[in-house]
Amino acid sequence: MSVSAVPLLRPLPDVARRRAPFPFSAIVGQEDMKLALVLTAVDPGIGGVLVFGDRGTGKSTAVRALAALLPEIEAVEGCPVNSARLDQCPEWSGITSAPLIRKPTPVVDLPLGVSEDRVIGALDIERAIGRGEKAFEPGLLARANRGYLYIDEVNLLEDHIVDLLLDVAQSGENVVERDGLSIRHAARFVLVGSGNPEEGDLRPQLLDRFGLSVEVTSPRDIDTRVQVIQRRDAYDTAPDAFLADWQPKDAALRETILAARAALPNVTTPGTALHDCAALCIALGSDGLRGELTLLRAARALAATEGATVLHRSHLRRVAGMALGHRLRRDPLDEAGSGARVARTVAEILP
Amino acid sequence: MEEGFLRSALAVLAVDPVAVGGLWLRARAGPYRQRLLESLTLLPLPLPLQRLSPQIGDEALYGGLDAVGSLQAGRPVLRRGMLDRPSLLVLTMAERCPPALAARLAQTLDQHHHGLLALDEAAEAGEGLPATLSDRLGLFLDLDGERAPDVLPLPDPQTVLAARALLPSVRLPHDGVIEVVRACAELAILSPRAPILTLAVARALAALDGRSAVETADLRQAAALALSHRAAPMAEAAEDPPDAPPPEMPPGDQGSDDRPADPPPETDLPLAADMLVEAARTALPDSLLRDLAEGRASRAAKGSSGSGAERAGNRRGRPLPSRKGRPRDGSRIDLIATLRAAAPWQAMRRRDAPHRAGQVLLVDTGDLHIRRAKVMSDRVLIFAVDASGSAAIARLAEAKGAVELLLARAYSRRDHVALLTFRGRKADLLLPPTRSLVQTKNRLRGVPGGGATPLADGLRLALDTAGLARARGMTPTIALLTDGKGNIALDGTPDRALCEAEANQLAATIRRAGLSALVIDLGLRPQPRLADLAARMGARYVVLPRADAGRLAQVLGASLEA
Repeated sequence: MSVSAVPLLRPLPDVARRRAPFPFSAIVGQEDMKLALVLTAVDPGIGGVLVFGDRGTGKSTAVRALAALLPEIEAVEGCPVNSARLDQCPEWSGITSAPLIRKPTPVVDLPLGVSEDRVIGALDIERAIGRGEKAFEPGLLARANRGYLYIDEVNLLEDHIVDLLLDVAQSGENVVERDGLSIRHAARFVLVGSGNPEEGDLRPQLLDRFGLSVEVTSPRDIDTRVQVIQRRDAYDTAPDAFLADWQPKDAALRETILAARAALPNVTTPGTALHDCAALCIALGSDGLRGELTLLRAARALAATEGATVLHRSHLRRVAGMALGHRLRRDPLDEAGSGARVARTVAEILP
Repeated sequence: MEEGFLRSALAVLAVDPVAVGGLWLRARAGPYRQRLLESLTLLPLPLPLQRLSPQIGDEALYGGLDAVGSLQAGRPVLRRGMLDRPSLLVLTMAERCPPALAARLAQTLDQHHHGLLALDEAAEAGEGLPATLSDRLGLFLDLDGERAPDVLPLPDPQTVLAARALLPSVRLPHDGVIEVVRACAELAILSPRAPILTLAVARALAALDGRSAVETADLRQAAALALSHRAAPMAEAAEDPPDAPPPEMPPGDQGSDDRPADPPPETDLPLAADMLVEAARTALPDSLLRDLAEGRASRAAKGSSGSGAERAGNRRGRPLPSRKGRPRDGSRIDLIATLRAAAPWQAMRRRDAPHRAGQVLLVDTGDLHIRRAKVMSDRVLIFAVDASGSAAIARLAEAKGAVELLLARAYSRRDHVALLTFRGRKADLLLPPTRSLVQTKNRLRGVPGGGATPLADGLRLALDTAGLARARGMTPTIALLTDGKGNIALDGTPDRALCEAEANQLAATIRRAGLSALVIDLGLRPQPRLADLAARMGARYVVLPRADAGRLAQVLGASLEA
């Protein structure tokens, strides 16, 4: 096992008093990115968000803000995989009885250059050395269960880590068969990645695992930029007052998410909407059926967020770009990019 | 560089290195830089200095378990990481900073506990601080070509301390924000971090002057310090006449009627965006702007090494027999081999070390075995394209098409692509090795053609590029696309014989370097000279008159597989 498996044991550094993240509602513009993140909060089954774009456009700010915004979850106290019920706690955790507690939805950072052991978990080196016991030290995937796994600069992630993630994101279960350990635990999380396309492209297999993908660009008009700078400046110079100003808006958004979660099962999907989904995907030639399914889920989540009880064509139109843009076969000689292609086709097929 | 400029930059850094992100110091190692760094210790910095090198591992950055110490002590021994406490990080040889470290440092800076002083020793275009970091640093100084002053203009410590105390109460007029944003727009600076950092610098400057409100002069000086190096090259930015009136009404008493914000304390700010632009433009020599713009673009390409196999990995790839060694960052212990090594000694060690009786297994440092694996490195395909003569345009278009087709399927095949052209007097590297389709498109949009054929220079640049790629752990292949013979020698003079001799010599060097190569003859009739050149290079010779992008990509793909 690697030594870097163990920083989990490390006591919190002195600087742990992190300041509160920038409020989600205070992010100027970038509506697509915010919408995509909210939709995954409403329906985690959508399967993750990829945010690709220019530097300094608030990609990581938005994800960290989301962490503060998300409603709490109920979990068994001390469970390493945040199980909701006692019988879901993995055997190796040794938890036999524990009260349920409320804790924030986990948002786990997957740093670049992270070792395999740190991601999937490994032999607990402390207990192995000190007491000669064979015990499992859970990794980041365990901590991210029922929450979010965030990868900044996802296009620079090393291939062998990508392979691990693909496998787990697909099955929802982390299986560890190494160092004489045989362990499995639930690992269902929303994968959020961000990156800058100038630094390299993403492997198509990983691309496909993200339910939604959005492109962000720096705002071009002066007024928007002034607003961005002023809010940031207010946050940097007087964080407490700024956070107090925005707290009600964040709270309202949290309520919206909770209401949408409750309303989601009651959103009815007319046959015409299914037909629209299929027609759109055929026209775009997107690979596989994952596109249709994600499009439908995202549109339903949007309908629930807006308080609609019936899925409407406008919902499909709104999310088509983010659900399908990254699933098209790439045409290297097409200058406009896939976003424009989807927009064009949506205008044709779903007038 | 004026004394005042240097003094202001150092003073701003000393007042609040965290708010301004830090300083990007571009300078070769030398007495001037040395003196400047030594003088940092004289500044009343609020944070301790910590040096780190581009090769630093996660273990040292974030701390962790000290495996060797833990074995000796029989209990976990933890080591602190460099990032555990706030500090001003001094990154040496910042131009060699790998993208992964840049990303980590960027994340650290975003937490607002650290500052960064990046010592960039970039010597050539194409090197430099990764853009992820340079974007987050507010201050920039370029010492190259500067003569060291006899006495370094250091800021007065008392002033700095007073300024730091005053800083939280410094107010920023609303119009100032607008002006800075507008100046950034005029300078074609896209990153929103630029204005944020400029304002932080302006605040510090106002505080240094003992004022509690930011004034025009502060903004102007802040722009010179924080924006000049981000400005796009003059050629692009100067399309509007510099003295054109600002597009909107000038700020001041009439500027705020559509805004609910309070009027700024100084309503007579005689500030216009073009003044800021002026300040930013005059702060730097012209040539540097261009260099920086080029450097910036190609630095992005460096990031594209992505998951490139830069060193013999021990984490992935084909397993090799494990070997004795200490666990370093990222390496994995081979448990079975370690236990096997320790097993024979158990009885003896137990006798010799009664204090370790409580340990189940007595493992010593020497028993540790490390897993090893062999990694296949990424390939980079270097296109050297003859852009001379009349057929240039068609040939270039084909080469571009082939590059993009190869890149489109690059991920599965792990290919990077570089493109250089030679025409007129010399060769140019248009596209440094990259895997990014986005970047390729941006850089290949308008490529000039026509003129004479400096074949030798093309080969020289291809050789250099291949050497660099190899140094970064990639496996280069050179593809030479031409239809004729060279007629410009390396020194730029039109001398057919000399050019041929030089080309032959370079071809032999390429062969000696063991680089795989491919010569594609695109002429109407095959050229015996090219076949000869290919033989000297040890390259495959392919005749492909009237190639099209698809066929070209096919041939290249096939010969890469071979």
